[in-house]
Amino acid sequence: MDFLVGLFTDFGQQILSSVTAAFAIAAIGLNVHFGYTGLVNIGQAGFMLIGAYGLAITVEVGGGFWLGVLIGLVGAALFALVLGLPTLKLRGDYLAIVTIAASEIVRVIGDNQSLSQWTGGAAGIAGRVYQGAFTALSPFPANQQFQVGPYTYPLTEGDSWFLRIVCWVVLAIVAVIVLLLMRSPWGRAIRGIREDEDAMRSLGKNVYLYKLQALMLGGVIGAIGGMLYVLSANVLADSLGRTTTFLLYTCLLLGGAATVFGPVLGSALYFIVIIGLNDVVAQFVPPQIMNEQQIPQFGWIVVGVGLMLLVIFRPQGILGNKKELAFGD
Amino acid sequence: MRSLTTLRRVLLGSATVAAVLAGALAGAAPATAASPSPSPSVTAVPTAGTTTVVQATADCAVTPRIACVRGALRDDNGNGVKGVTIRLDGASGATASAVSNAAGAFVFTVTKGGTYRITLVTSTLPKGIKPLAAASRPIPVTLGQLQPAAFALKGTFKGSQTTSGPSTSELHLVLDQISGGLLLGLLLALASIGLSLIYGTTGLSNFAHGEQVTLGGLLAWLFAVVLGWNFLLACVVTVLLCAASGYLQDRFIWGPLRRRHLGLTQLMVVTIGLSLALEYVFQYFAGAQVHPVTTSIQINTGPLDLTPNAYLAMLISIVVLVAVGLLLQRTRIGRATRAVSDNRPLAAASGIDVDRIIRLVWTVSMGLSGLAGILYALVYGGINWSTGQAVLLLLFAATTLGGLGTAFGALIGSLIIGLVVQVSSLFLSGDMRYATALIILILVLLVRPQGILGRRERVG
Repeated sequence: MDFLVGLFTDFGQQILSSVTAAFAIAAIGLNVHFGYTGLVNIGQAGFMLIGAYGLAITVEVGGGFWLGVLIGLVGAALFALVLGLPTLKLRGDYLAIVTIAASEIVRVIGDNQSLSQWTGGAAGIAGRVYQGAFTALSPFPANQQFQVGPYTYPLTEGDSWFLRIVCWVVLAIVAVIVLLLMRSPWGRAIRGIREDEDAMRSLGKNVYLYKLQALMLGGVIGAIGGMLYVLSANVLADSLGRTTTFLLYTCLLLGGAATVFGPVLGSALYFIVIIGLNDVVAQFVPPQIMNEQQIPQFGWIVVGVGLMLLVIFRPQGILGNKKELAFGD
Repeated sequence: MRSLTTLRRVLLGSATVAAVLAGALAGAAPATAASPSPSPSVTAVPTAGTTTVVQATADCAVTPRIACVRGALRDDNGNGVKGVTIRLDGASGATASAVSNAAGAFVFTVTKGGTYRITLVTSTLPKGIKPLAAASRPIPVTLGQLQPAAFALKGTFKGSQTTSGPSTSELHLVLDQISGGLLLGLLLALASIGLSLIYGTTGLSNFAHGEQVTLGGLLAWLFAVVLGWNFLLACVVTVLLCAASGYLQDRFIWGPLRRRHLGLTQLMVVTIGLSLALEYVFQYFAGAQVHPVTTSIQINTGPLDLTPNAYLAMLISIVVLVAVGLLLQRTRIGRATRAVSDNRPLAAASGIDVDRIIRLVWTVSMGLSGLAGILYALVYGGINWSTGQAVLLLLFAATTLGGLGTAFGALIGSLIIGLVVQVSSLFLSGDMRYATALIILILVLLVRPQGILGRRERVG
């Protein structure tokens, strides 16, 4: 009984956390690419990383929080432009190859020691360097704990209620914007491109331009997710590698691609599964079979196999509509 | 005079290749072939206990119960610093001293894991040479692993030969990078031909291809190092198992999915899931450390910065690549493969069993990738779960540059990418050199998206 209470307390804590919201936002960005436009972007983690570095480095050199946000967003938009210009006129594979390569390059450059005076190299940028600029915006009193049910967090500092509220409000805003956009003529056009590019072209639409806009929009949303993610963590290039992108795909396809709430549901479910796995294994599986180090590795195997099975057997996920997901083949 | 020396080094190098080959053909692990450098002189200090935990040895073979600590001392001219004492101390009073040989190399064999302290006895350094960093530091030693322990030195000793003026040594550096690039290119070609053929015959970009390279290296490590099999036998079994993994994949995953008419985009996401799952399966069972596929240590031979294993790897790659090329050009099945790759419906209409060809392509491709993994681990000192990730990007850059779907394009693309990546390491540090591969990729897509040998209509 105690075990179950602990388990569900852990679930609640994880669902409320800023990391879940951040991943959900990045998954919404990926949804704009993959779910709505049919673009296979395997470098969403690169967009997140650019957002995170843009914010952290700008604050570090004294540029202030809002300028940092702006630079992160502009950086992600430019990144999308550079990747999209040469590839979006070609077959979908080329975008996939270039995005996965580019996001790895961003990670490698972030890791590289020669730029460590800005990026911190492999050690990254510690959260305290830039998080102060964010907590300074908090309307709540400093140095106070606040309890809701079983959860107690500081009101302002670090992994706080303030951060949680901001993350979920931003998530709601992003979701509403995407919802409205997809109901607009622009949204119908990009969904049309996903279904049949040639048909859209024959209607006089500039398919290339629409794809480029969608790539930039989704990338910018990904950068927002990256910024919110590092507000409760450090900026570490290796923490946002290509496994993060794969994870976002799993979240997206689990919840349902081409739906507004699919990515949010998928991210929440993913974290529930991982926490559940962690707690159950730690409780019931002897360490000879699976030790502490192997639990997260097993979790990743589950994510990979889960992604394969989802695509093969239920590509529409939980909330999606199978008819809407022909994947344009 | 200088040209004579160079000639001697070239001859020495080719003699070593011959010796390695003779050893390999005789069934011995190639890595145990004698290197021309003299062995380090050994002064083992007995320890307090009855068994020797640390020993300075002439050579060291990693087994699950033995760890090797090795390093080399070089001066600013890149010459080995001879006669320097290095001490390795364990926690329980175990200690040993080694003296560096003419190549500057020193080797310890350790039979108990733990944290050791390695010390450079600075009083034994020749005049004119100083350590750059601390002369003593703790190092972790894990049984079954090779622990590199280098000391950075500054200065030159008396009589240290400069290869000549700065211009020649720069030239030498460039030659080193070019030969290294050729090596990398050949290894990439082994894997990228398969990637390109799979793309040509099925239209699928296989994002799990890098993991097949890792699989080859890790299986070879399992057989040759953990189980202690003969190296050649281990290689043959590994390649066969990797080929079998390709056959089974097509039999149970890709074949059925083709029949279900799953879209190519969906298939691509399936390969992404497979790649992620495989990576962590490797990590689950093999851990995160780098695993060597041979147990002994090699010293560069010949005029270039290449070990005998590197020459061997190049030779094997060339032989296999030529064989694959002949197979594709001269045999019926090769012609059929190219026909399917060219135009699948037309090939099917002219009576070629497309499914059989595709299964063959998967089998051979995965066998080749496995071989690439073994050779990669042989040349670059080992392989770990994430090696395939890094390699995959180079593979994609190479196949795109050469023309997706063309086998010979993949070969040319791989050689170019190998050379460019290696030569760019003259200007860029660490993994940054991979960025050059990406820049090439983007430029190719802008200027000639079908690649060098691809045809225009392939691109949508």
